[in-house]
Amino acid sequence: MSPATTAAHDLDARALDVATPDAFETHFGAVADALGRSLVAGERFTAWYEAEASDFVRFNRAKVRQAGRVTQQSVALRLIRGARHAQHALALSGEVAADVAQAVAALAGLRGALDDLADDPHLLLPDVVASSRNVVPATLPPSAEVVGQVLAAADGTDLVGLYAAGPVVRGFANSEGQRNWHAVSTFNLDWSLHHRADKAVKTMLAGFDWSAEAMRARMQGAREELALVARDARTLAPGRYRVWLAPSAVEEIASLLRWGAFSGRGLATRQSALSRMLDGQRLAPAVTIVEDYAGGVAPAFQPEGFVRPARIPLIEAGALAGSLVAPRTAREFGLAANGANAWESPESLAMDGGTLPAADALAALDTGLAVGNLWYMNYSDRVACRMTGMTRFATFWVERGRVVGPVHPLRFDDSLYRMFGDNLEALSRERELMLSSESYGSRHLASVRLPGALLSELAFTL
Amino acid sequence: MPYEGPLPPLDVRADFWSLRFVEEIAEVYAVRKNVAQPLAVSTDRGAMATVHADGGLGYAATSDLSPPGLVRALRQALAWARATARLGLFDTRTLPRPAAVGRYDAPSAGAARPTRREWYEMLAAESQAAGFDPRIVDWEAGIEVREATHRLVTSAGGDVVQRYRFVMAGASATAHAGGDTQTRTLAGERAICQQGGPEILARFGYAGCGRRVAEEALELVLAPDCPSGTMDVLLAPDQMILQIHESIGHPLELDRILGDERNFAGTSFVTPDMFGSYRYGSELLNVTFDPTIPEELASYGWDDEGTKAERVHVIERGVLMRPLGGAVSQARAGLPGVANARADSWNRPPIDRMANLNLEPGTSSFDDLVAGIARGVYMETNSSWSIDDSRNKFQFGCERGRLVVDGKLGQVVRNPNYRGVSASFWRSLTAVGDAATRRVLGTPHCGKGEPSQIIRVGHAAPACVFSGVEVFGGDAP
Repeated sequence: MSPATTAAHDLDARALDVATPDAFETHFGAVADALGRSLVAGERFTAWYEAEASDFVRFNRAKVRQAGRVTQQSVALRLIRGARHAQHALALSGEVAADVAQAVAALAGLRGALDDLADDPHLLLPDVVASSRNVVPATLPPSAEVVGQVLAAADGTDLVGLYAAGPVVRGFANSEGQRNWHAVSTFNLDWSLHHRADKAVKTMLAGFDWSAEAMRARMQGAREELALVARDARTLAPGRYRVWLAPSAVEEIASLLRWGAFSGRGLATRQSALSRMLDGQRLAPAVTIVEDYAGGVAPAFQPEGFVRPARIPLIEAGALAGSLVAPRTAREFGLAANGANAWESPESLAMDGGTLPAADALAALDTGLAVGNLWYMNYSDRVACRMTGMTRFATFWVERGRVVGPVHPLRFDDSLYRMFGDNLEALSRERELMLSSESYGSRHLASVRLPGALLSELAFTL
Repeated sequence: MPYEGPLPPLDVRADFWSLRFVEEIAEVYAVRKNVAQPLAVSTDRGAMATVHADGGLGYAATSDLSPPGLVRALRQALAWARATARLGLFDTRTLPRPAAVGRYDAPSAGAARPTRREWYEMLAAESQAAGFDPRIVDWEAGIEVREATHRLVTSAGGDVVQRYRFVMAGASATAHAGGDTQTRTLAGERAICQQGGPEILARFGYAGCGRRVAEEALELVLAPDCPSGTMDVLLAPDQMILQIHESIGHPLELDRILGDERNFAGTSFVTPDMFGSYRYGSELLNVTFDPTIPEELASYGWDDEGTKAERVHVIERGVLMRPLGGAVSQARAGLPGVANARADSWNRPPIDRMANLNLEPGTSSFDDLVAGIARGVYMETNSSWSIDDSRNKFQFGCERGRLVVDGKLGQVVRNPNYRGVSASFWRSLTAVGDAATRRVLGTPHCGKGEPSQIIRVGHAAPACVFSGVEVFGGDAP
């Protein structure tokens, strides 16, 4: 072959226009309808649809490292016959006839596979039809325009990060006629300004309506914090220090707990990091945590078609109050399914705020560490909910309520029951809504809403 | 895979363009607590268009592989290249334009494999054997078989087709007793992952693993906690791979050294001036980038930028030789590198990844390794990992420990953890196991990049001894 052709053409001026989710909805509807028509007697199906048209612009040294667009859509098709079922997840092309043909072919393949499978005692599907449609309006300018604004605001800095924007959708359909649609168009500018080596300030701006003014204000705030980072750094010896954890640092702890800590199955099998709360272990009375679907960006339905409640209490006044229960777990352990995903991980975790005004946090800290971000959390003893991680980005030594200067990265290793138990002095009154910037495979629709936390001590080990 | 032959005519006015097609078909089988989990099949298919124009770089990924779909993607990539050319980090006109032509086939890529019923029967047998005690509260055996075809076509005349078959297997059992819970796995979650067919399972003694991991989980939940103190550690290959991955692999990635990852995965304590002279470890430390071991998870003929993959030393006799950087990073840094520009699928651009990074065997038998330890802990199978963003201060935990006293293996201990600093830890490498102690392992779950990617990496390692390490256990219930 000779692929190097150079015939001239005019650049399509609309090639980088922001995509809309409308075409995705039409497409999924056509595929779902075709699936329904191709069932034979005794069969049911469910279909979970994911799609996005995302612009990704990666920055390094306040320049563009890589820029591009990813357009993708897929359907996870489940065929059910009696108590047997199997799933085929398919990438869709976007061309209706081709995608209907491949979805119907996949269905036929699953039909043959069911003969090889046993009945599944843990199969649970909704017994009611509950359709819904949620399209969140958004205002996103062309991403190339945003890039110019960001780099102009960052002029003279060493900016690193990612701008991600565009529509992200989730859809559900089943053979009982249920149809659910959830479409949001979001932007997420996740960036850091670097002084040198590992000394940097991390900032994020995310939402539905881009505002250049809001971005410039955040950039100015980051520049001012960068001046503090540029001061002489201290090396602190391992030991116990008073700590103020900013909401973005608490978010890292919440991220670790997303690994099964609130899982109904994890608790039932004692694998959850919070298992000891089943035996009466408690956190501080100020700690109340809910899965707040109503307050996040996750869809109000899950891949089997169960509708999610507005809120699921997980920890109330320091005591375990509930868990996230996926349909299989519900069937296995005799629990009530409550809209959880298969991993039973939170998608809209929220912690109640406390009484400490965030503006007074450093004064309340007095002398100690103000931690802007934690990093790379993991368990040192899962059952004891003992966790380790590093300080990262803007972490400062504070004396008498005033920032002295940054500190070199420190490793902590401590138990959640100490951190958010006896050692929890206060939670900030204000909470921060943080939209997930995760993009493994696809852009994730998840968020957390968290306060900052003042701890009387945290154990640092390295 | 569409377009096994020539592509449709494509008009692109650009300095350079490429199309990278990826098709991956996977089947996942699992039996948990004697219940067959629902069969999960996936078919993923798409293409990444990359365009260099006016010195800029743009990409567009699409699952629409029709001729108009490919043209649309190339136009979007071209538009991005032009829109950002004046803002670019580097001038793409200075980059090499790969023109490799060839084909790579993984071992037994097209060979017959067990039927679905046979897979399920095998897993059911392991599951049945694992649930032998009421204190075993959860257990599972699973297999994932993934077949992939990757094709890279470039405007410089390049056309590379690579076919793979990956088999990833796991087994785990969780025991709960006396207020504690312990999980034991077969070499970690999916650490048994190679290219090939069912022969991989025999290579790792998969038959019988269900009972084995359950017995060891029970043993662990009844064992005392790992002691604390400064002592020697003997790390089994299924922990060595994590140690290599986190504290050699990531810090040597050239894109981290160039700063690309500073907002997410992190930077590196390694700086460009260290290559050729920096003492990374003891004289016993020899590390290779080796894509030529057929069964290893990330063996391939060319990387995703079309650079031919070859075996090279990145650390030789303890001295740092070269970074892990692909052709673009090499051009940016003015340093030599390796063929490791890789993308995890069609919907992400290539970045510097580890591929296969191996610690070369030494001369000590396993018995010699143990015999050389006066006081220490033998640690198996990674269970926890944490390291700072410069890849220096780390803390790792393992599933299972055994005390070593006066050159002899002793009592099993739970929650063995250790911590250290990469820059000094590798210099405390005092003994390296021979080829008989070496295992070819890996992980399908290495995360990195903005937007983020999870990629397959291979690691082969012998057992190794490190002296003077800070060791500790868990919180006693």
